[in-house]
Amino acid sequence: MNTPELHPYVFLTVLLFMALAFPLVPLALARLWAIRFAPPRPGPAKNATYECGIETRGDPLQQFRAGYYLYGILFLIFDVEVVFLLPFAVAFLHLPVGAVVAMLVFVLLLAEGLAWAWLKGLLEWK
Amino acid sequence: MDAIYYLDPTTQFVLFSIVKIVVAFVITLTFVAYAVLAERKISAWIQDRVGPNRATPFFAQYLPVIGPALVRLGIFQPMADGLKFLLKEDFTPAYVRKVYFWLAPALTAIPAFMTIAVIPFGSTLGNPNNPMVIADLNVGILYSFGIVSLGVYGIVLAGYASNSKYPFLGGIRSSAQMISYEIAMGMSVVAVFMVIGDLNLSKVVEYQGANILHWMAWKQPLAFFIFLVSAFAETNRLPFDLPESESELVGGYHTEYSSMKFALFFLGEYANMIAASAMMVTLFFGGWAYPWGGGAAQGFLGGVGHIVCFLVKMLVLMGVFIWVRWMFPRFRYDQLMDLGWRRFIPLALVNILVTALVLAALND
Amino acid sequence: MSELLPSALFYAFAGLALVFGFLCVANPLSRNPVTSAMFLVLTIVSLAGLYILLHAFFLAAIQILVYAGAVMVLFLFVIMLLNLEEEERRKIRGITLGLGALSVAVIAGILIRAVVAARPSAGTTPLVEGGIRNLGHTLFTLYLLPFEAMSLLLLVGMVGVILLSKKDLK
Repeated sequence: MNTPELHPYVFLTVLLFMALAFPLVPLALARLWAIRFAPPRPGPAKNATYECGIETRGDPLQQFRAGYYLYGILFLIFDVEVVFLLPFAVAFLHLPVGAVVAMLVFVLLLAEGLAWAWLKGLLEWK
Repeated sequence: MDAIYYLDPTTQFVLFSIVKIVVAFVITLTFVAYAVLAERKISAWIQDRVGPNRATPFFAQYLPVIGPALVRLGIFQPMADGLKFLLKEDFTPAYVRKVYFWLAPALTAIPAFMTIAVIPFGSTLGNPNNPMVIADLNVGILYSFGIVSLGVYGIVLAGYASNSKYPFLGGIRSSAQMISYEIAMGMSVVAVFMVIGDLNLSKVVEYQGANILHWMAWKQPLAFFIFLVSAFAETNRLPFDLPESESELVGGYHTEYSSMKFALFFLGEYANMIAASAMMVTLFFGGWAYPWGGGAAQGFLGGVGHIVCFLVKMLVLMGVFIWVRWMFPRFRYDQLMDLGWRRFIPLALVNILVTALVLAALND
Repeated sequence: MSELLPSALFYAFAGLALVFGFLCVANPLSRNPVTSAMFLVLTIVSLAGLYILLHAFFLAAIQILVYAGAVMVLFLFVIMLLNLEEEERRKIRGITLGLGALSVAVIAGILIRAVVAARPSAGTTPLVEGGIRNLGHTLFTLYLLPFEAMSLLLLVGMVGVILLSKKDLK
């Protein structure tokens, strides 16, 4: 690579391949062992869905409550907020007052959103 | 001739870096294996039991005194466990979604190892041009948050792939828990970076390097507390191990898993614990710096000393992880969400505000 | 060698992004929406690789953190919430095909115009040099107004979620 800034990313790629090897090698070894010495012997009881001793009924992927999804969206919004807060935090001491006030407005707007959600009872898990 | 002079340090640098990566990786793996043993031994000690003390390889009897002592300490237990996982029947239930069923355990284990890349685990080994960090990224902390956020996939996919009720509910629950605490975690560190003024983790260590009084844990105790508790939630450890709360969801997202695929989930949890401890050491406890300071090492031995110092700090924090497991009962799901969204996020915001005011006042 | 590697990596990442993008929308092997979502994640990661080659490290980290880590998790939630099973292969009608081709042509036209207008030269200097601190400084001084507009947008999004999800507001 011709630029020193990219160096760490090259080593990151090396690490990625090692991290990939960590799960793949044992899985492959276990698979090989299974094929050579211990082939799986499925049976009706073994193949059944786990259900504490009774037979399972209905579709396993039942609909779950929408509350999870709601937290998902709130997470997305606050994730974006954190992403903006970090460069702000780093530049904080070098920023003019106007920028700090602007950031304050940004945070307060989102805090207001959170407070509103709280007041409307959205953050209560019932 | 010039070409050689130009190339030689580069080749050296590359070779040295690759050796560094391999050694760091192997050390992490060893830590993962022995973290399991430590957990079992410490749990046994807290509950007044003996813990694993039987695994005896054939060569242990030839070692006069050390052999039996090592056996009693359970030093060989991880090897026995690993062998056992390898030899178990490699069973894939008939009703699962096969591709994702195999993919999910792999996806859980990888992110933890990738997080370790940006953590400076030592100063240098004599050559100041080659610091003891695998990838010294300027966006350090953002990189690790990015990687941590990818950890959700392993769990969601495990729940989805199992095609079974308990794993599915466990997976959904767990992912909602992880994303909630990711926010609290991210917001808690904003205050830390306000003080330091750089996202690069080497700079974070440098800032705290002077002595123990400069450690972030004292300057930002609230941020540390929020980060610590969020780390418990992110790694699915007790008191937040709701995704696998045995009493309601059997085993959570890995109910249908067995043999090596289960082992990967299990080891992934410990790898995550190690990554979280290393991150906390870096952010709040001065990283590799000695409590009395001292700056970057000059020689090889000094560098090794810094690495050992880092590992000791990390071990202490991992001890806290294990200890807390037996101190607190499991949270209820509504309490968990309540703590994340209604306590920690507002608290973190207030912490940012207070930090900003104090910094502005000190700066004038 | 050192000149060749970045362009080779560029083509590698760009090619991967295209292949994964194609597999996301038209996977010949599987019609499973979860598979499509996972390929979209891979597309996003390839794009992050392209950003790194452009030295836009912050953007690359954001790409992973927000898109791969947050938006796509939400997508998976929606797929599972609606309990989407395998999509059936729909018959492609003439009018759909025509409209699709038209929109692709329009987007391609805009892109080609933009590329031609940009006329990349060696003399271009990046607006933001160096680290995140400069980026933060630029963002909160020069681009303050767009930033504030975006914060309002986020608030609107949040209010929208709350209103839609809560039929019986107190």
